[in-house]
Amino acid sequence: MTATLQRRPLVKKILEGADDNLLVLGGLGSSNWDITNAGDRPLNMPLWGAMGGTVPMGLGLALAQPTKRVLVITGDADLMMVVSTLATVAAQQPDNLAICVLDNEKFGETGNQASHSSPRNNGPTDSGSGADLAMIARGCGIADTGTVREESEVAQLVKDLRTKKGPVFRLVKVMVEKLEFVMPPQDGAHLKDRFRQALLGRP
Amino acid sequence: MNDWRDDIFQVLQDHEIKQVYHVPDAGHSKVIEMCQKSNSMRTLALTTEEEGVPLAAGAWLGGQRSVLLMQSSGVGNTINLMGLTKTLRFPFLTLITMRGEPGEFNSWQYPMGQGTPKVLEAMGVLVMSVDKAEDVKQTVDHAARSAFNGGQAVAVLLRQKLIGIKDFGKKRA
Repeated sequence: MTATLQRRPLVKKILEGADDNLLVLGGLGSSNWDITNAGDRPLNMPLWGAMGGTVPMGLGLALAQPTKRVLVITGDADLMMVVSTLATVAAQQPDNLAICVLDNEKFGETGNQASHSSPRNNGPTDSGSGADLAMIARGCGIADTGTVREESEVAQLVKDLRTKKGPVFRLVKVMVEKLEFVMPPQDGAHLKDRFRQALLGRP
Repeated sequence: MNDWRDDIFQVLQDHEIKQVYHVPDAGHSKVIEMCQKSNSMRTLALTTEEEGVPLAAGAWLGGQRSVLLMQSSGVGNTINLMGLTKTLRFPFLTLITMRGEPGEFNSWQYPMGQGTPKVLEAMGVLVMSVDKAEDVKQTVDHAARSAFNGGQAVAVLLRQKLIGIKDFGKKRA
């Protein structure tokens, strides 16, 4: 099934009207550029590295800030690197955490090699394992999971990610696209300090 | 004199640690249990020590202090993500029970045990060490001060001499 959703307008819709109650983490690579394209803001924490670390960082933040909504937006391969972290999330049941995985079935930043979520037997260079991250999330103990493929499902997706009782896990199948880099500041200490300043009033 | 494990728990409380990350570990088991029973702390069992560093970063972003309890064998699992402590420059505290030191029974514990101080130092972590029960409280307290007041990434190695050598009670022929 060929994906039709485009990640940039999708992420823009997900983050539309973001206020001080929404804390956003973007995984390294494309997800970072996606959240930045939607509008760089102090309460965004875009990662430039730390592959595998986005979801646990979101969990630590969600537990520390139970009255804020924490939204993790990341790619399939970032999550796959430490996929067992979904079981750690499920054990804690943070009701303010939503995880949105943009799954293009490719390692997009390195030349679109097939990632594990690519189908099996899909030719010599485009075969994966058909790994289904929504099913994995459910198997790890996250009850509220789902997969989104169609534009008609996007409004509900946005609502679920922004407001539904967590932990919420949504896998979104997105197109493979060549997009321009939209980069936030790179200095990690600066990103951390501006985030804390906006959230806590101190760096 | 207190049990040194009680001292560790006391220091963690004094420094207002709110999130405690751990994997199953005999050396830390008593501290883990005390933290689990504490009303002011949340303990998280991890699937891999690697989760502990970004968890600590997330907790700090949200204004909470944390500690990662692990064994020397787990240190290797954290190394790339340990780079976050340098990139984000956030306070990080880890207490590490050592294996693979002189007297160790299990040969599989030696490589990472012997490599532990070196790889931590390579990642810019300040490494402290304690091998006497009476020194535990002050060492862990200083480590927590360096982390949370001084903004450093700090590891305390709880030496095998302190913890005791695991002995399977069998002689090899």
